[in-house]
Amino acid sequence: MNIEEQKEIKLKANEIRTLAIKMIYNAQSGHPGGSLSASDILSVLYFKVLNVDPKNPEWSKRDRFVMSKGHASAAYYASLALKGYFPINDLFTFRKLGSILQGHPTIHVPGVDMTTGSLGQGFSTAIGMAIAGKLDKADYNIYVLIGDGEMDEGIVWEAMINAPHNNLDNLIAILDRNKYQLDGSTENILPLGDIESKIKAFGWEVQSINGHDIEEIYNAIKISQNKNGKPKMIVANTVKGKGVSFMENTHEFHGKAPNKEQYEKAIKELETEREKILKEGST
Amino acid sequence: MESQRVAYGETLLEIGEDEKIVVLDADLSSSTHTIMFGNKYKERFFNMGIQEQNEVGVAAGLARSGKIVFASSFAVFIVGRAYDIIRQSIAYTNLNVKIVATHAGLTVGEDGATHQMLEDIGIMSGLPNFRVIAPADAPETRKVIKKIAYMDGPFYVRLSREKVPTLLNDYEFELGKGILFKDGHDLTIISTGITLSIAVDAANDLKAKGIDAAVIHMPTLKPIDSELVSKYAKNTGKVITVEEHSIYNGLGSRVAEIIAEHGTAKLKRIGVMDQFGESGPGWALLEKYGISKENIIKKSMEIIR
Repeated sequence: MNIEEQKEIKLKANEIRTLAIKMIYNAQSGHPGGSLSASDILSVLYFKVLNVDPKNPEWSKRDRFVMSKGHASAAYYASLALKGYFPINDLFTFRKLGSILQGHPTIHVPGVDMTTGSLGQGFSTAIGMAIAGKLDKADYNIYVLIGDGEMDEGIVWEAMINAPHNNLDNLIAILDRNKYQLDGSTENILPLGDIESKIKAFGWEVQSINGHDIEEIYNAIKISQNKNGKPKMIVANTVKGKGVSFMENTHEFHGKAPNKEQYEKAIKELETEREKILKEGST
Repeated sequence: MESQRVAYGETLLEIGEDEKIVVLDADLSSSTHTIMFGNKYKERFFNMGIQEQNEVGVAAGLARSGKIVFASSFAVFIVGRAYDIIRQSIAYTNLNVKIVATHAGLTVGEDGATHQMLEDIGIMSGLPNFRVIAPADAPETRKVIKKIAYMDGPFYVRLSREKVPTLLNDYEFELGKGILFKDGHDLTIISTGITLSIAVDAANDLKAKGIDAAVIHMPTLKPIDSELVSKYAKNTGKVITVEEHSIYNGLGSRVAEIIAEHGTAKLKRIGVMDQFGESGPGWALLEKYGISKENIIKKSMEIIR
C-alpha cells in the first residue's frame, strides 16, 4: 500500500472516530472505548479490503463482515455511512426512538450481515456463513471482528474448535485486543494470557500485529486470504479509546458517553489528529 | 405404534435432494435420526459435536446465506442451553431455521429429569417470529416437516422419544389450525403432541358413562387456533387441556387466556404440576404424573358436576 492510500485510510479512520464520538454524545449513550480501538481495522476493511456494493447490500457474492463485538456499533454504523450504505445524517438518529440504528447492530440496517450484541454469537454465526460459502464453492471471504472481553464467552471456544475441523480458510477473524472490558482490565477480570498460543493450539493460523498500523493491518489480511485449509486469526493489539487521550487505556469509557466538556476536548483532539494526517507526506 | 423421530429422519431424507437444505446435529444424530439424512447427504450434514450454542449460531449463519436449516438435538439441550442464541440470532433476525427437538417431555423415560424438557412450549412461544408445533404422531410429523421446510422463517417442532399410536394418517396439517378429532356436546378435551391417544381413549370411556366429549388436537401452539377453542368453549361450556408439559405456559395456559378473554367456559388443566420428572418407563411416568386416561375421566366428572 502506498503512502497516499495509507493517508486516505487514516483519514477515514479519523472520520469514523469523530462520527462515533458525535453519535454517542448525541445519543448520550453507547460505547466509545471499543469503537475507538476498532476504527483503524474498520477503515482498512471498508476502504481497502471488503468486496461489497453499498448500492446492492445483499449482493450474493459480496464479502461478509460480522461485527461480533456489536457494542462498537457507533464505529460500525459510521463506517457503513461513510461507505455509502445510508446518509451520514442518519447516524444522528443512533439509539433514538424510531431509528433504524438500534443500540446494537441488526440485519435491518443496509450493509449489516448479522445482528449482534450478545457476545460470542457473531463469531459463531460467521462460522455458519463460512460453511455456506464452502458449500456454494463461493469466492467471497467472511470477516469477523471480535473483542478480547468477548473471548470470555463459552460459545467463542465452541466455534474456535469447530472452524479448523471444517477447513474454513474463507474465514478471517480479527481480535480487537484492547485489553479492557466493562469492569476493568481483561488481565484482572479473566486473564486471556498467551492468547496467540491458545488460538494456534486450536488449529488456527495466527498473526499478531499493531492494530493501529494501517499497513500492518492490511498486510496481515492479505496473508490471511491464503487458501490453505485453515481459518485465520489476526490478533490486533490495540489501545482502548485510541485517539482521545482521556479515553485511552481505561475501562471508564467502555459504555459511557462523554459530557459536554469531554466531548469538546475529544473532538478537538481528533481535529488535531486530522490536521496531522493531512500534513503527512506533503513536504 | 410409530416413532416420530424416525418419521423426522425419513422425511429429511425424502426432501434432502434440495441443495438448499442443510442439517445440523449435536452428537445425537443417531437418536434424533438426522443421521438418515447425514448418511446420504454427507456434504450438507454437520455433526457439530456436543455444542448446542455453536450449533444454533452456525444455523443462523447458514440461514443468513440462503440455506434452509434444520437444527436438532434433545429439547432440553437445544432450547435450554442455546436459548440466548436462538433469541438473538434466529428469532430477532427472523432467519430460516427449523429447530426440531426430539426427546421432549416426561416420555424421555429412564434418563430422568435432567433430560425431560417440560418448559419448552412456554420458552419458545415467548419468542416473536417463532411458530411452535407439537405433532401427535408419526404421519403428522412427516406432514409438518415437509410443510415448514418451505415456509420462510423460524419454527420450533417438539417431538417425543417414545413410539406413539398412529391416529392422523387421514388428516392434513395446516399451520395454526386445530383438528377436531371427535365431535361432542358435553365437554371438550384439547390435547397437544403425543397425548392425543390418551385423550381419545378417555373420550371413548366417557361415552360409556353417557358423556359426549369432543376431542381437539392442537398441533400448533403458536399461532394457536383461538377461533376453534372459543367455539368449543362456548358450545360445550367445559374444557379440559392435556399436555406432556408444565402446567405453566403451555397449552393449558394459552387456552386459559383465550377462555378468560371470551369468558365462556369452565377449565381444568392436565399437565406436569410445578415439579420435575424422574426416571422410569415413559408411559408409566405419564400415568404417575396424572397425564392419563383415568385423570382425564376424573377431571371430566368434576367439571360436569
